[in-house]
Amino acid sequence: MIEVKDLVYSYIAENSKPEEILKNINISIQKGEFVAVLGHNGSGKSTFAKHLNAILLPMGGKVYIDGIDTSRQEHLWDVRSRVGMVFQNPDNQIVASIVEEDVAFAPENLSVPPEEIRRRVDDALETVGMSEYKNHSPHMLSGGQKQRVAIAGIIAMKPDIIVMDEPTAMLDPIGRREVMKTIEDLNSIYGITIVLITHNMDEAVKAKRVVVIDSGKVIIDDTPRNVFKNVELLRQIGLDVPQATLLAYELRQKGFNIRDDVLTVDECTEEIYKLCR
Amino acid sequence: MLKDITLGQYFPLDSVIHKIDPRFKIMFTLCYIVLIFFASSPAGYLAVGIFSFLVIKLSKVGFKVVLKSLKPLLFILCFTAVINLFFTGGDTILWQWKFLKITTDGIINAANMALRLVFLVVGSSILTYTTSPILLTDGIERLLSPFAKLGLPSHELAMMMTIALRFIPTLLEETEKIIMAQKARGADFESGNLIRRAKALIPVLVPLFISSFRRADELATAMECRCYRGGKGRTSLRQLRVTSLDWIALGVMLIFALVIIFINLGF
Ligand SMILES: Nc1ncnc2c1ncn2[C@@H]1O[C@H](COP(=O)(O)OP(=O)(O)OP(=O)(O)O)[C@@H](O)[C@H]1O
Ligand SMILES: [Mg+2]
Repeated sequence: MIEVKDLVYSYIAENSKPEEILKNINISIQKGEFVAVLGHNGSGKSTFAKHLNAILLPMGGKVYIDGIDTSRQEHLWDVRSRVGMVFQNPDNQIVASIVEEDVAFAPENLSVPPEEIRRRVDDALETVGMSEYKNHSPHMLSGGQKQRVAIAGIIAMKPDIIVMDEPTAMLDPIGRREVMKTIEDLNSIYGITIVLITHNMDEAVKAKRVVVIDSGKVIIDDTPRNVFKNVELLRQIGLDVPQATLLAYELRQKGFNIRDDVLTVDECTEEIYKLCR
Repeated sequence: MLKDITLGQYFPLDSVIHKIDPRFKIMFTLCYIVLIFFASSPAGYLAVGIFSFLVIKLSKVGFKVVLKSLKPLLFILCFTAVINLFFTGGDTILWQWKFLKITTDGIINAANMALRLVFLVVGSSILTYTTSPILLTDGIERLLSPFAKLGLPSHELAMMMTIALRFIPTLLEETEKIIMAQKARGADFESGNLIRRAKALIPVLVPLFISSFRRADELATAMECRCYRGGKGRTSLRQLRVTSLDWIALGVMLIFALVIIFINLGF
């Protein structure tokens, strides 16, 4: 469980006065949730994410992971092993030049005995569907495959929570689909809490809850359906809405009687079909 | 093109050479390199050649790959050979032009140097071709660990090597991309003398450096996220175990060493 209370943070730069990047963030995420975090460039999403596993420590307020205060030095590794983090560029997360050796990196750091590491590595690769590549070298893999290896490297740490910072941003559509499928499975099958930062609204729709951050504040926190209803508000803060939602919105603007909480292409098709009858 | 460089790459195959314990393999390679410098007669080189041939054969890597590893060194190879050829003193002068002269000693020296370099590269290539980088660094780490008490940062060195090896292909790929991008903007890397060409590389190296720093920063964060905190208390997926194969290999290596030494002593 994640509990963020009055979180304030600013980067200290040499010759400019510190500007608050995060201003009083309050949020609590329960075990097993799938939360998407949205916000335009520079709104502070990555900064927020880095607080969840003590890469950054709050300047004001507190962050608790399963009740542990992240700013307590003696629990640092406990927090980091509970909260895994996946970044945008898979190339810059993979440490070793053989897939399975990379996946073993985290358990090795945590002094897990060798037989147990073996088991965790095999399980993690199985989970992301990369078992057959375990002896490959990462630079021979596609972007989506590399990102799944990076995810396996985190799973091998056995975290309860995985924070993903735009994990599909550098991938082609096929890679995106592979990675999104993996993320959804991690949540639905393995019960891992997912915090997914994304710019892709069709990915955000897959979450059960959407949090919108704008200039360091949480401004919306609701189900995807309720969030994307606010097409105008979202546009105002520089965010897109899913294409299906947008189409329904445009049709409503033109005076058609169509639901305002359409999310997926299927729903949209059905609504339009109803109109045509 | 850059990707074709096979030097320092690992080929995950299943062969006896691959199975030898990395600590043994590293020691064997060092031993082999020392022996190359002992083998200074045609018979010695023949023995080294046969030994290398057999090892390559056993490793299943393929001769083509091994020969390819020599390609980037062609220049250095020719350079040393030429230097040796022209600038070795000696009595039996075969050809002379001003201060340049070719002597029989020169020819022998040049051949010696060239052969040694070739074998040196082949030997170390076989080590990296058949040992996964992690095993290699594991091996180096273990071999150096006795010196850790004397303050040698053996784990840190090994980690640096792992990361360097991991990023070589990535950075090569990136270099190629940057070269393409600069070419698309009209940069010319192929014409002009050496200095001009070296200058043309600056617009390639600068972005490469900048991106490497960014990568290093991101990688460091990713490693911290995966609970990396130095070598203390770290376990390892692969346990190094000495098997009978290693002892057999040691035996073969000893025989090879004896053969070279005998040849060197002239029986
Ligand atoms: N290391 C740093 N030092 C100083 N300022 C930083 C640093 N990292 C980020 N910032 C600044 O903090 C602000 C928020 O950055 P952050 O990376 O959290 O945004 P983001 O929401 O993740 O954006 P994006 O969608 O582009 O990833 C930006 O204005 C950025 O310039
Ligand atoms: Mg970001």
